[in-house]
Amino acid sequence: MQIFSWSFWWQYSSPKVFYPVAGKMIPWFAATAAILTVVGLYFGFFVAPTDYQQGESYRIMFIHVPAAWMSMLIYLVMCGYAAIGLIWNTRLSHMMASALAPTGALFTFLALWTGALWGKPTWGTYWVWDARLTSELILLFLYLGYMALQAAIDDPQRAARASGLLALVGVINVPIIYFSVRWWNTLHQGASVTVTNAPTMESSMFTAMIVMTFAFWAYAIAMALYRVRVVILERERHAAWVLEMMEARK
Amino acid sequence: MNWGSFSEFWAMNGYAWYVWGSYGVTFLFMAIEVILLVRTKRTLVQRLTRISRMSRE
Repeated sequence: MQIFSWSFWWQYSSPKVFYPVAGKMIPWFAATAAILTVVGLYFGFFVAPTDYQQGESYRIMFIHVPAAWMSMLIYLVMCGYAAIGLIWNTRLSHMMASALAPTGALFTFLALWTGALWGKPTWGTYWVWDARLTSELILLFLYLGYMALQAAIDDPQRAARASGLLALVGVINVPIIYFSVRWWNTLHQGASVTVTNAPTMESSMFTAMIVMTFAFWAYAIAMALYRVRVVILERERHAAWVLEMMEARK
Repeated sequence: MNWGSFSEFWAMNGYAWYVWGSYGVTFLFMAIEVILLVRTKRTLVQRLTRISRMSRE
């Protein structure tokens, strides 16, 4: 079987081979994101009942929790690519890492923003220096620092290595965010959904949240693939295959 | 069904600013990301096409 051989997978680490593959995958992930968003919003607003404690404000959860999960997941995936890039020196891995960062930063900002708007009616304040909120803010700074460092170094290889290292050092922050509600006495509520426990909420609420999570996931993949194609074109602009492709466009 | 009318839906029982402020900014920023990215790609492709044309002449 082809899929069990190293060389089959290895070829996709070549930007030239990956570029058209990524291009074919983007519409599928974009369409999945759009469909799941419609389904998720339908469940979130029309099926899920009003919360008996928080009233309608709890509906922010259907984007807040997925955005917060994605902010952490994207950081972990980004670190995975950065680590592979640092160990095996595969250029495409570094490119994938840098393609994920802006989308990760966006979800981190959205988690903070929707959290603030949910915090006000629930806790009476938009912001508090609580362990969960503060560590999530640090995550935003890690994303921005990663992007700034990469932009500041001219040599792309050195930029990739330096920023990759920064990302890997910062990964310690992810478990801190995740476990902060358990380790410290925080204003932020504990997890309603964990890997080991059944969700402690109504099933239609859970459905809306999970569907929105997959919608954001598909969106993030589509964005990362689109951005990695831009990065590949930019970096490989002197390569024969890029020049040929541009020739063929006329 | 949770809502009797559109105005009831829009009012979110007094939480309109919080709920629509969250959803509005989320989808606005996602749309902005898409638009910026598509524009970046288009500009880059135009630039590279120009370069490839110049290098052939």
